Amino acid sequence: MKTLVVAEHDNASLKAATLNAVAAAQAMGGEIDIVVAGAACDAAAAAAAQLPGVNKVVCADNAAYEHQLAENVSLLIAELGEGYDNILAASTPNGKNIMPRVAALLDVGQISDIITVEGADTFKRPIYAGNVIATVQSSDPKRVITVRTTAFDAGPAEGGNATVEACAAVHDAGVSRFIREEVAVSDRPELTSASVVISGGRGMQNGDNFSLLEGIADKLNAAIGASRAAVDAGFVPNDYQVGQTGKIVAPDLYIAVGISGAIQHLAGMKDSKVIVAINKDEDAPIFQVADYGLVADLFEALPELEASI
Amino acid sequence: MKALVAVKRVVDYNVKVRAKADGSDVDLNNVKMAINPFCEIAVEEAVRLKEAGTVTEIVAVSVGEANCQEQIRTALALGADRGVHVEVEGKAEPLTIAKLLKGVIAQESPDIVIMGKQSIDGDNNQTGQMLGALTGMGQGTFASAISIADGAVEVVREVDGGLQTLSLTLPAIITTDLRLNEPRYASLPNIMKAKKKPLDTLTPEQLSVSVGTHVSQLGVTPPPERAAGIKVEDVGQLVDKLKNEAKVI
Repeated sequence: MKTLVVAEHDNASLKAATLNAVAAAQAMGGEIDIVVAGAACDAAAAAAAQLPGVNKVVCADNAAYEHQLAENVSLLIAELGEGYDNILAASTPNGKNIMPRVAALLDVGQISDIITVEGADTFKRPIYAGNVIATVQSSDPKRVITVRTTAFDAGPAEGGNATVEACAAVHDAGVSRFIREEVAVSDRPELTSASVVISGGRGMQNGDNFSLLEGIADKLNAAIGASRAAVDAGFVPNDYQVGQTGKIVAPDLYIAVGISGAIQHLAGMKDSKVIVAINKDEDAPIFQVADYGLVADLFEALPELEASI
Repeated sequence: MKALVAVKRVVDYNVKVRAKADGSDVDLNNVKMAINPFCEIAVEEAVRLKEAGTVTEIVAVSVGEANCQEQIRTALALGADRGVHVEVEGKAEPLTIAKLLKGVIAQESPDIVIMGKQSIDGDNNQTGQMLGALTGMGQGTFASAISIADGAVEVVREVDGGLQTLSLTLPAIITTDLRLNEPRYASLPNIMKAKKKPLDTLTPEQLSVSVGTHVSQLGVTPPPERAAGIKVEDVGQLVDKLKNEAKVI
């Protein structure tokens, strides 16, 4: 069995989600190659070659792949994918954007967001916002899969010595063009890979009050997240959203502040190891999943918490 | 300019879905069904484009069993002009739906296709992208803003770390994210008027699509339960528990 993992990267570096996807590939067994599609992406390809258990890194370095536009990259991966049994990517915005195109080009179904590998063609995945776990089986000759990163523990980033092979194939569909990107620069860990996450909800009342979370996040080296309600209200940007349709996180410690706990939010964080909820409404559903619940006014509790850690 | 909007009938988002006792599937008996929330956002966006004079006709299409005509009627009540129902038995897979939508596109020749980024039943997040590959169209997935000018659509997308803006040649496919707009409610007069709007039914055979199986569901189970937690008295006790019991800080 041969598996091709599509690297998650920003040309300069390899993203942690790639390690989770490689871990899922290892659970399937067989040979693992990685494809890095980008422009001036040598550094990302070199980092991919360091991952233990990887046989070969295919580096497709071309201006057409610079922003990893789905129309172009999917054509490349579908072409490379002919030689593989499984084609895998992390279930990130990028992976979700590209992989279904790959599947359609290969005329196979996609299995989204797998959380376990049950066999060569059988997997488990959450459906209905994680209210049920489905066991699904592919009957296609090859499988296109996205991997829920929180379900597969990342292995080491170093220790391997794969060969890097340049791929000269250029695919430019010519129907999409990158205009600009507004990406927040933050010194904090990434939301999806942080070991501690502190999230605010509607109870934060406004965006300024998120500064109450920042002091705690600094002390715990935590990422800051938010509920959909807080994002919709404009308190924080969209990429803070934790939930069914936002980011899925499973840190060692998740602190939910002023979040009531809608099903859609719980779907994004209930696999966290330890959950703390701080909410003044003692009947809030968030307390049903919390290991430690504190019924309190967050405007009193947060400064106190910051001072005592 | 013509807009095609795809809508899906799903369980209402407020329903907490459970597995059947025999584990064969989820229990949808006597459960409230609704238009998928992301599809509702897609309909709203098309209606706003029409109100702005950019779009002149909105066609709402749904792939499903006979009862999905209810959701097409909802889209018509919200402002779509006519409906197309592609009738299939049981649950159609994303690739099959994409192939059927491609067939509808061949008949309708829309300038823009707007659909939800995912449906809240299967949570697959696939159909729009698959349709893009099958038709060769560009895609603006997870859209939080769109603007149309000069034969192209500029799409602001919600991506890791922030927002990305792309320009796509029309016709193109947009999949909606939550922040694209806030859908309106259908008024009673519009619900009544929607009953008289045209709604055509097509079969997969008429679209020359064979309905295949790629991924089968073998069964469903409830997710692992979390053990009941405790309520702490104050911040001091919380910090103590996190340090000495959970050992996470």
